[in-house]
Amino acid sequence: MSNNRGELAIQASGLIKTFGKTKAVRGIDLEVPAGTVYGVLGPNGAGKTTAVRMLATLLRPDGGEATVFGHDVVREADAVRSRVSLTGQYASIDEDLTGTENLMLLARLLGHRKPGARTRAAELLEAFGLTEAADRQVKNYSGGMRRRIDIAASIIKTPDLLFLDEPTTGLDPRSRNQVWDIVRIIVGQGTTVLLTTQYLDEADQLASRIAVIDRGRVIADGTPGELKSSVGSGSVHVRLRDAAQRSEAQQVLVRTLGTDVSLQPEPVALTARISGEDSGRAAAEQASRALAELAAAGITVDDFSLGQPSLDEVFLALTDHSASDSEEEVAA
Amino acid sequence: MTTATPEKETAPSVAYVPTAESLGAVLASGEQPPRPSAWSASVTFGWRAMLKIKHVPDQLFDVTAFPVMMTLMFTYLFGGAIAGSTGEYLQFLLPGILVMSIAMITMYTGVGVNTDIEKGVFDRFRTLPIWRPSALVGALLGDVCRYLIGSTVILLLGLVLGFRPEGGFTGVVLGVALLIVFSFAFSWIWTMFGLFLKSEKSVMGVSMLVLFPMTFLSNVFVNPETMPGWLQAFVDVNPIAHLVAAVRSLMAGTPDGGEILWTLVSGGVILAIFGTLTMRLYNRK
Repeated sequence: MSNNRGELAIQASGLIKTFGKTKAVRGIDLEVPAGTVYGVLGPNGAGKTTAVRMLATLLRPDGGEATVFGHDVVREADAVRSRVSLTGQYASIDEDLTGTENLMLLARLLGHRKPGARTRAAELLEAFGLTEAADRQVKNYSGGMRRRIDIAASIIKTPDLLFLDEPTTGLDPRSRNQVWDIVRIIVGQGTTVLLTTQYLDEADQLASRIAVIDRGRVIADGTPGELKSSVGSGSVHVRLRDAAQRSEAQQVLVRTLGTDVSLQPEPVALTARISGEDSGRAAAEQASRALAELAAAGITVDDFSLGQPSLDEVFLALTDHSASDSEEEVAA
Repeated sequence: MTTATPEKETAPSVAYVPTAESLGAVLASGEQPPRPSAWSASVTFGWRAMLKIKHVPDQLFDVTAFPVMMTLMFTYLFGGAIAGSTGEYLQFLLPGILVMSIAMITMYTGVGVNTDIEKGVFDRFRTLPIWRPSALVGALLGDVCRYLIGSTVILLLGLVLGFRPEGGFTGVVLGVALLIVFSFAFSWIWTMFGLFLKSEKSVMGVSMLVLFPMTFLSNVFVNPETMPGWLQAFVDVNPIAHLVAAVRSLMAGTPDGGEILWTLVSGGVILAIFGTLTMRLYNRK
């Protein structure tokens, strides 16, 4: 709220956390400017949640340092706690209690007296569209309502920094859009948000800067535009009528687009990355040229689509393995 | 996606749309009042424990049905053999079975802490700028209420069956008070296990392993003088045995200062050791 321009909400260097033999986080550096949404993007098991838990004072780092608004997360944990709020990956709400009771409980723990806590709970439930569900136990809430009460609980006292750990994982599209709108409004009021997500489009929609995390390390960071252009503008997905023509089609695409063309598990499908610094329009141009070349070569195309780069493609571009590989490796 | 419960909003036609006005207003008024004191934060967590009893009353089963069963079972099982009659035996047994039942109930504290942590709600509590032990102290304050309910049930049943304490009302109240104070300290053993062990089941398992010898190898059922020397040596240092002796003396109207002191000191030592260990685990979790 009173954030100076250019102030850093989070500054972390060389954060390390090891669980037994698993190196969950192996040296993460972050600089999050105050008043922005900062996206932390990565697959399951990349170390996103562990990093957030260290920054939110829930876990003690095994190495490295981090400050939140200039306060050390280990030595001045209490000062950090008075400025942050956390909405965890799993609802950090008591499911046996009603919506009102949950918010009143937290309001009282933040120092409100009983009548004040009741008023605060009521106005938050109202603002989050939960008034009707106020006296129902949270275990009877839908996924979207649960997320909303969780976020409401995080802003009983307006935090200077809000951690949102995978806020839309498992939500239907409508609830996801509601959460996105809520995040935009919260940031608009001056709160800094650190958002972790598995979805590139979510980071793209909300974040002004993104750090890509893989195997406990930041492998890239920048604005969404910078990240996307490092991957290419997208991919062309082609489905052929005749599987026998696939290798011929592959040669044509490699020649026209000048990039890698990968064969998909289905015998009629191919995917080609569109390279480079081109804008979206150039990508469409390249794609239609490729389509024309395929037709000229007498190859029948059944289906054709131009896609945004997926998280997996970001990973392929930034590392030499795919997001799902890394997930398996961590699980092993 | 698959685990989410079906949409239960009663009026799906009016879908919720977050607006900058309404959200902005609650954000703007989100000033922080002064921090609550350690005591006030603990009491708030105690209030949470009460709400949980209100919403999940089944959890009172262990403080009502279990003690009734224990009292009836052991009175009629051993009464004739040990004291010649159940009426005689009850005068000896009731304070002991009261201590035993409450001591056994304390293990649910560990189970409760363990489930809370599993569900992630403790994550939020641990990011609040409050006195660190308050969440656990509050849970224990809630448990103290459960111990009180359990004690009342056993005493009422005892009176019905013919228990006539010489110490009268005052003696009984003092006995229960001592028992509750000790149980509060004793419960920190289970909060430690609740934080330390992985699952609810292992917490139960370990608790039984500790509680069975501590309660049975004592003076609850019989006078230790009939036991072999090595067992008497164990009973002599068993804090539960001292607690039983102290409660028995208070209810009989002949307070034994030595046993009461022993009980309070052992409670203090348990609290100091296991309270510290619990908080260390809680902060590291």
